[in-house]
Amino acid sequence: MTRSLKLPKQAPRRHPKPPEGSWTEHHPELDTAPVSYEGSISPEFFALEREAVFKRAWLNVGRVEQLPRKGSFFTKELAVAKTSLILVRGKDDEIRAFHNVCRHRGNKLVWTDHPAEEVKGTCRQFACKYHGWTYELDGRLSFILQEEEFFGIDKADYGLVSVPCDVWQGFIFVNLAAEPEQTLREYLGPMITAIEYPFEKLTQRYYYRGDIKSNWKVFLDAFQEFYHPPILHGNQNPVMRQADYKQKGFYTSHFQIDGPHRVGSTTGGAGGLLVPEFYNPIEQLMRSGLFGPWDPSEIVGDELPPGLNPGKVKHWGLDSFQIFPNFAIVFWETGWYLTYHYWPLAHDRLLFEANAYFMPPRNVRERLAQQLGIATIKEYALEDCGTLEATQMGLESRAVTSFPLGDQEFMCRHLNKVIHTWVEDYQRKQAEG
Amino acid sequence: MAERMLPAEFSDLEPFVREWCLDSEPQRYAKRLASSMDEIQAFYDAVFPRAEAAMQYLDPLPLDDLPEDAHRLLKLLYSLILASFPVEIWRQPYIPDTSTSEFELKIEPVP
Repeated sequence: MTRSLKLPKQAPRRHPKPPEGSWTEHHPELDTAPVSYEGSISPEFFALEREAVFKRAWLNVGRVEQLPRKGSFFTKELAVAKTSLILVRGKDDEIRAFHNVCRHRGNKLVWTDHPAEEVKGTCRQFACKYHGWTYELDGRLSFILQEEEFFGIDKADYGLVSVPCDVWQGFIFVNLAAEPEQTLREYLGPMITAIEYPFEKLTQRYYYRGDIKSNWKVFLDAFQEFYHPPILHGNQNPVMRQADYKQKGFYTSHFQIDGPHRVGSTTGGAGGLLVPEFYNPIEQLMRSGLFGPWDPSEIVGDELPPGLNPGKVKHWGLDSFQIFPNFAIVFWETGWYLTYHYWPLAHDRLLFEANAYFMPPRNVRERLAQQLGIATIKEYALEDCGTLEATQMGLESRAVTSFPLGDQEFMCRHLNKVIHTWVEDYQRKQAEG
Repeated sequence: MAERMLPAEFSDLEPFVREWCLDSEPQRYAKRLASSMDEIQAFYDAVFPRAEAAMQYLDPLPLDDLPEDAHRLLKLLYSLILASFPVEIWRQPYIPDTSTSEFELKIEPVP
């Protein structure tokens, strides 16, 4: 049998480590000691995280394609900050963000049927359902019913409360601090802003969401290490079912951090390269699977877009960019990308959002390859969901309070570290007044 | 005879249209969970061998302007995708160890 020769080559020598011997030791500030997950089970820590992280960091709330025309808007519920935002494209084509609250009596301004649900649409103005106060797309208050009944009121003083908002590569970010400590580009830093990807061309969008009973970091951690797939997802396809794969594990080829952000890159996995027995029948039929469509999309050329594969991994397959605190972009070798958002709802609950973006399909075969790819994402994600609810339970027992992380879990260790750094920095600034 | 729902060449798949021709991923996933393995297997066994022919039939058609019968055939293929996991991997309709977690496709392209 020559079959094993065709398995993905996983020998550690193909995944060289930094001179210190490990990715973790390459960054001495991370240390190698076991870590605590108290920050993922404590309501008090979550209260701190809301203030120290989610009300200070730049947060991605969507893409410009969601606001295609002047007057296009959508609302974004941010339970973590106990607020709702309106994102809107103005008559001047500027994209702005406002707190979704009427200045008159505090009613939520834009919603339909269910006040807690997100809505989208196109309009000329925003009129409050309660007393009809009306705001222009740029936030100015333009109408007060029976204005003469109010006492010395000046409409100029009662515009919508704006939220700092900026766009990078079509991604709309907001910052809930009154005065952000950094601009968006300063915040994203050189590793992220080096990315120049044809995002605007990949308009075919599939959007998943789920409400999951686990801390947002516990959940995120599973999506930033490739240590678990051979085991947790080990039955999903014939490659994974190989004893060889389960026994040797999987190695991430490159890790890199830049400020609070990080990336992990792995070798290729787009299908079609192995003998047919390594694929499920549906994968062979539709030429797609976990790594998405097997056939490269039109954007794939000889050179990768700038910023991708920063470690120059040979036989590159994907980059998993983790943009602090709760946003990830995963680029795949066949020319599509995924985003993940991990929105905390409570210390032990999150809203998980996954968006897959592809080139618009030119025919049914391309459409089906996308559909199988996104269906496969769900099969994997649901395995993660069940297990991470179980992890949350295990952590909450506090029977174990100190957890060893391996070098493959470098990114988990980094997130844990950054969160604590931000919380400590916030506490220090609060103490200093 | 009932009204023809699929392109004539795929009349053998007509019996599956009523149950498996569904508009959205949440509907298709719910159908999978609500079906027995025998039902899923029967659907898979009927559609999988015809899928290559169906793709050949559909491929030349304009994706953004599919005739209704062709669109129904495509929806059967979307259901085939969700039926493939129980048949090819899990040997049961639901994914093992997934608790009561929900993870639904809220926005998907049409067709």
